[in-house]
Amino acid sequence: MAHLSLTNVGKTYGGSTQPAVAGVDIEIADGEFIVLVGPSGCGKSTLLRMVAGLETVTRGDIRIGDTLVNRLDPAERDIAMVFQNYALYPHMTVRDNMAYGLKNRGESKSVIEERVAEAARMLELRPYLDRKPRALSGGQRQRVAMGRAIVRQPAAFLFDEPLSNLDAKLRVSMRMEIRKLQKRLGTTSLYVTHDQLEAMTLADRLVVLNGGAVEQIGAPLEVYRRPASTFVAAFIGAPAMSLLDARVDSGQVMLDGHALAPVAHAPGPITLGLRAEDLRITDAGLPMRVDHVEELGAQRIVHGMVGDQSLAVVDTGDATLAGTVRIAVAPSKVHLFDSTTGRRIEAAAQPAPVPAE
Amino acid sequence: MTDTPLTLAQTDGRALARLRRWWSGETANPVKRVQFDRPLTPWMFLLPQLAVVAIFFYWPSVQAVTSSFYLEDPFGFGATFVGLDNYTDALTSRGYLSTASFTAFFCVVVTALSLGIGLLLAVKADKVIRGAETYKTLLISVYAIAPPVAGLIGMMFFDMHMGPFTEIAAWFGHDLRVGIDYWDTASALIVISVWKQIPYNFIFFLSGLQSVPVSVREAALIDARSGWRRFRDITLPLLAPTAFFLLVINITYTMFDTFPIIDVIVKDKPANNPMTLVYKVYLDGFKGNDIGGSSAQSVILMVVVAALTVLQFRFLERRVHYG
Repeated sequence: MAHLSLTNVGKTYGGSTQPAVAGVDIEIADGEFIVLVGPSGCGKSTLLRMVAGLETVTRGDIRIGDTLVNRLDPAERDIAMVFQNYALYPHMTVRDNMAYGLKNRGESKSVIEERVAEAARMLELRPYLDRKPRALSGGQRQRVAMGRAIVRQPAAFLFDEPLSNLDAKLRVSMRMEIRKLQKRLGTTSLYVTHDQLEAMTLADRLVVLNGGAVEQIGAPLEVYRRPASTFVAAFIGAPAMSLLDARVDSGQVMLDGHALAPVAHAPGPITLGLRAEDLRITDAGLPMRVDHVEELGAQRIVHGMVGDQSLAVVDTGDATLAGTVRIAVAPSKVHLFDSTTGRRIEAAAQPAPVPAE
Repeated sequence: MTDTPLTLAQTDGRALARLRRWWSGETANPVKRVQFDRPLTPWMFLLPQLAVVAIFFYWPSVQAVTSSFYLEDPFGFGATFVGLDNYTDALTSRGYLSTASFTAFFCVVVTALSLGIGLLLAVKADKVIRGAETYKTLLISVYAIAPPVAGLIGMMFFDMHMGPFTEIAAWFGHDLRVGIDYWDTASALIVISVWKQIPYNFIFFLSGLQSVPVSVREAALIDARSGWRRFRDITLPLLAPTAFFLLVINITYTMFDTFPIIDVIVKDKPANNPMTLVYKVYLDGFKGNDIGGSSAQSVILMVVVAALTVLQFRFLERRVHYG
């Protein structure tokens, strides 16, 4: 149990001028569940592997508890890691797989036995203790990998996309199990995934990475409600937020010649972000030509064009949609981003005062 | 899905069952079977391979076994049936027994050294990142040298007049006389044979090492601090199938394939030189013209190697974990 702090951590591979990870600062409180999320190649795995000690740190400091671990061997860092492909020792039984790390740390036989038994009970692995990994299913192997991490009682758990080799159904249930287990053990955890849904459901706080740099750090809902940039806006949430070129004119967001919502912002071009679930089909409002409809059962996603820009709308009705529909949005649900830097503009967060009637 | 390898009895049982099925004409899974219109067709396909095996393996074997019971005239004019005399002669002769014990010693030392050094080099080469290809090519290139040439190169290194190894030995006050002194010759044979076999072991160990998943090694890195422990507990067991295969191959190599090396080193040299059983078979048969005795020796050798191989598979292979 410990807090984890990354100060200006960077990594540049030999022979490359572009850093893979560029100056990341994250403070992780004791017991917190942090998810690093981003598209492939954003540096999230590199960052995790630096914390584990599997990659050297070329810049900055990593502290686990109060110990600077930059130069410590992975085995000395008091961490446990769960790998994407489980990385179980194929020639050892489940029991030996879990006990191996403890044996090397010189724990007594009784302690090892007790901890392995406890982990096996927690993860429902008791019937499989004497089997070898190849005689287990994917989900069971993943559990063994978790067990191997748990028995060490480390300062921090590191998860490197642990669920991406499982099928969709198992992934959902394992996700819940990991979450419950982490809450119960209260161990600080760092979890890497490219799946934004996994990130949203697991995290106490999300760290969204892009091109080796942090785009935003925040609680899942905060990141969802107030994305700090167009990158985060497009990455978090499904379907992805529609980003459209718009203008601000005389205190109104203008899209395709229609006033959408009042804002307090200087006139000029702007990037407008609209979440499909914030939009609704009404009798009057922004006209949208319906392109195609995705039926999801509980709801449907209507894809259409406003001018020459595409927009998605979540609809719960069952009327046949064709031709042009009208779209409305609550002024507080309008996201505005700088059209050149892509950073969020807060003006949209303050809805214009509603005129008294 | 069980880990216990099939015992011989089980394998036999299966083969018998298969034979019985074949005999009674019933097919286990007819869908997968290729059906031939004429029963002779498959045999025609098999014929070339069967002919090769029969001509180059069974026929000489039968010849060896029969001639081992005869005492043959050196000029090939006639043969007398002598029963087991050739065998008792060989097994009671001091020369044969000392050659046999040298062969055993040679076998153990060469196998151990070439496996050990090959593994060491592979482990080290596996860690090299920059210029790895050059290292590997250099280490493997020796494998391309034909054994007699290897023997010749070795001979030059150990030459009594100009060999660098002789000079090095002289610095330490040892008068190295390869081809004359028994143990000097033995060491030269061992050095050359090991040198020749290292690249082979190196290639297999290296590919074995590279097939250990990176993430398993990384997991071990987190679990164990000492590099030696990681090697002993994780890498080595995962290399076991490779090592077992190489053990069988290396023993065969030292028993049979070192022949050209020995030939180059001890040919035309005084008599008291170490040699392996195979070389003695050749020497007694073709130089000494004792075909019967030589045949008896080769039959003994055949039995010994077969027994060794069976022993290895029965007792060692059980400990091997195939991933």
